[in-house]
Amino acid sequence: MPEILLLFLLLAGMFVILSGGAACLLVRTPGAARRLGAASVVAGSLLGILPAIAILLGGGPISAETDWAMPFGRLSIGLDALSAWFLLGILGLSAVSALYSLDYSRREHTHGRTGAREFLFSALVLSMALVVVAQNALLFLLAWEVMALTSFFLVTSESEKESVRRAGWIYLVASQAGAAFVLVLFLLMGRESGSTDFDAWIGLAGRWAHPSALFVLALVGFGAKAGFMPLHVWLPEAHPAAPSHVSALMSGVMIKTGLYGLLRVMLFLGPPDPSWAWALLALGATSGVLGVLFALAQHDLKRLLAYHSIENIGIIALGLGLGLMGIATERPLLAAAGFAGGLLHILNHAIFKGLLFLAAGAAVQSTATRDIDRLGGLLKPMPRTGFSFLVGSIAICGLPPLNGFVSEALIYYGALRGMVDGLPWPVASAVVLASLGIIGGLACACFAKAFGVVFLGSPRSAAAEPPKEAGTWMQAPMFILSGACLAIGLAAPVAVGLVAPVVEQITSTFAQPSSAVSGLEGIARSISVASFILLGLLLLLAGVRFLVLRGRPVRGAVTWDCGYAKPTPRMQYTASSFAQPLTHFFGGFLRTRAHGGRPEGLFPRPTAAFSSHTPDVCTEEAYAPLFQGALALFSRLKGFQHGRLQLYVLYVSVTLLGLLILKLR
Amino acid sequence: MPVLVNGILIALILVGLLILGASRMIRLVALQGALLSLMPLLITPHGLTWRVAALSLGSMILKGIVFPRLLFRAVKHAQVRRELQPYVGYSSSMVIGMATLAASFWLGGQLPLPGEAVSDLVLPAALFTILSGLFLVVARRKALTQVLGFLVLENGIFTFGVAVVGGIPFLIELGVLMDVFVAVFVMGIALQQINQAFEHIDADQMNSLKG
Repeated sequence: MPEILLLFLLLAGMFVILSGGAACLLVRTPGAARRLGAASVVAGSLLGILPAIAILLGGGPISAETDWAMPFGRLSIGLDALSAWFLLGILGLSAVSALYSLDYSRREHTHGRTGAREFLFSALVLSMALVVVAQNALLFLLAWEVMALTSFFLVTSESEKESVRRAGWIYLVASQAGAAFVLVLFLLMGRESGSTDFDAWIGLAGRWAHPSALFVLALVGFGAKAGFMPLHVWLPEAHPAAPSHVSALMSGVMIKTGLYGLLRVMLFLGPPDPSWAWALLALGATSGVLGVLFALAQHDLKRLLAYHSIENIGIIALGLGLGLMGIATERPLLAAAGFAGGLLHILNHAIFKGLLFLAAGAAVQSTATRDIDRLGGLLKPMPRTGFSFLVGSIAICGLPPLNGFVSEALIYYGALRGMVDGLPWPVASAVVLASLGIIGGLACACFAKAFGVVFLGSPRSAAAEPPKEAGTWMQAPMFILSGACLAIGLAAPVAVGLVAPVVEQITSTFAQPSSAVSGLEGIARSISVASFILLGLLLLLAGVRFLVLRGRPVRGAVTWDCGYAKPTPRMQYTASSFAQPLTHFFGGFLRTRAHGGRPEGLFPRPTAAFSSHTPDVCTEEAYAPLFQGALALFSRLKGFQHGRLQLYVLYVSVTLLGLLILKLR
Repeated sequence: MPVLVNGILIALILVGLLILGASRMIRLVALQGALLSLMPLLITPHGLTWRVAALSLGSMILKGIVFPRLLFRAVKHAQVRRELQPYVGYSSSMVIGMATLAASFWLGGQLPLPGEAVSDLVLPAALFTILSGLFLVVARRKALTQVLGFLVLENGIFTFGVAVVGGIPFLIELGVLMDVFVAVFVMGIALQQINQAFEHIDADQMNSLKG
């Protein structure tokens, strides 16, 4: 397709999203606003996703620029393979989330602010798209801030709740702190290159004065958005507080914009230092292992999913770190496998995490609680939601035949390749393999817990009204995403082919031979074949089960019937008890706190109770003391605000006089 | 006419010291302003013109007659007695004034000027007047005294301008006069309002307004 057509499609898509969202502000009836907002996001996303796909299929990069009134920069956008890869995920997930919101938002209380919420949602989608297509630092920062602010307002949709307001503030502070690092990074780069255009920066690749300092700034600034482990504190707060389709979008793609920024800056910086790869590997291992451990200890379904986002960001960082390691040590196949695995996992995580948040949102909405220990047996009233959640769970655990397996297998392959090829530091491969192994195992345990406790068994608490299956518009997005999980799992070579231009763009920027990606085709084909075989086996088993049960009566019976006179649903495994062996084993990291006392005596008092919660170690041990200290320090400055006019004038005159004397001395 | 200029500058400094030590200051500030209005007549690079004469006269009328009138009226309305409890006492104020004067002479020696100054005394006198105005704002309690402090401050800036530039550009001078006029006017109204709200015009008690 000609480039001008692709450009037109991209701009038209963004325009449709923006104008539709703005029009929502003017619509009075909530139903019409919802439909208009969702329709414009879906239509705009479908328009904008076409150029992204065209570029990933081999089209040339497109770009456009024009003057604008802002100082220090031109309005310059462009779509290369890297941008297109992220845009694909952003617009794809936005479209299905918007569909989902049609039914989901109908049941939420919006306090007459439906139009505003639809507008904010559209603005969030648009700003995320703008972040990945911006080719100028100023435009990037503007889009970055709009993204942070719109998502802040969406997180605080239910601002009448104290917990939501608290989550909102934590999110706002964290994202602004991260943005401050990004701002400093861009200022430094702009000063050194004398331009704010990305084109000028890429020209300086390899010739920056202090590339490692810039890399650290990028790692902290973008890492705060992505949710690397010590910087992750906002994720477990903000994701549960937001409406579910917003959580899906934030967890699925918004945090990935942090990774996009990091990758983009690495391209500017040029040939990487091995220490950068080590930093990414260390962050990835920490985030991955601790993320899944904390997920295991959670009782709140959406909080659990939020910790899994941290875990998956860790997996992605492991992949990207391996890729960097491959480039730093000039091992093209390792670089290709690492980057391909990391990048593919970015898209895969967007798909299955979006799916999980949407399914969890449906479950939470129909039962009005996020507490896993109060749910149970939801598979019967909500079979389709339950099935979708199961698909997402299998995918996130990295099990075949779904998409999570493909990307994790590529990273595994890269790590093994590194060992075979004689990486100077085989311990790097070992770290990756060990972390991925631990993460995979714990993730399986965690989702066995989440799916088992929420959807299997029988209800643990009497709901006010029996849960109902989600509406059609909520089911359709879940099925679309489930289908995508399966499709990528089965068609692994196609997925690897799609990601290949992105990997080639990265490796060729670092002056590596770009043919290495084709070396991954073999492994992708084997993954695909294995997935087909496994799927065939599964279908075969299902068929056998069907045949065996045909013509025989199937009846339900009490599950816990061995010797209990009066079994109750409360005797089932709870989320805490299921995870207890593991959380106990890792107690040193988790610091789970138990409340309540054991029953004592022959006739225990009925007040004996047990509950436990696992606060975030970073929040409790690092950030809370830090901010308390800052508060104490700054409240001392309050003495200067005493309200005495005379002394204020004294401050001014003493300062002026001091400056004068200093200058004249 | 350097002798006359020097004479006015010395008078300026002396009146400034008197203001620091006085509890009734309106007339003294008016006198200082009136003395200053003579300066443009004496320092005229292009000879005595109608413009300079008008400027001088206008300044004289505003600073010597209009401002004192306004302030006296405000005093009457607000029923202020004279400043009884300044933060810094009158005699100590004068001592500090002397120190400020010494500092001004030192600073005046250090400060590089773009052109030739009319007199060696110009810079020290201007700096001293500016600093003593600031000091009045800081060291006095009543809002009225603070208004007077700002007037003294403006007198210092005026001295500086006239003496250094050799006749301030017309427009700028008009602007400054206008500023001060508005300032006095607004402060007069503000005094009234403070008085009505708190039944006094002690500026130090405004700290009850802070957050």
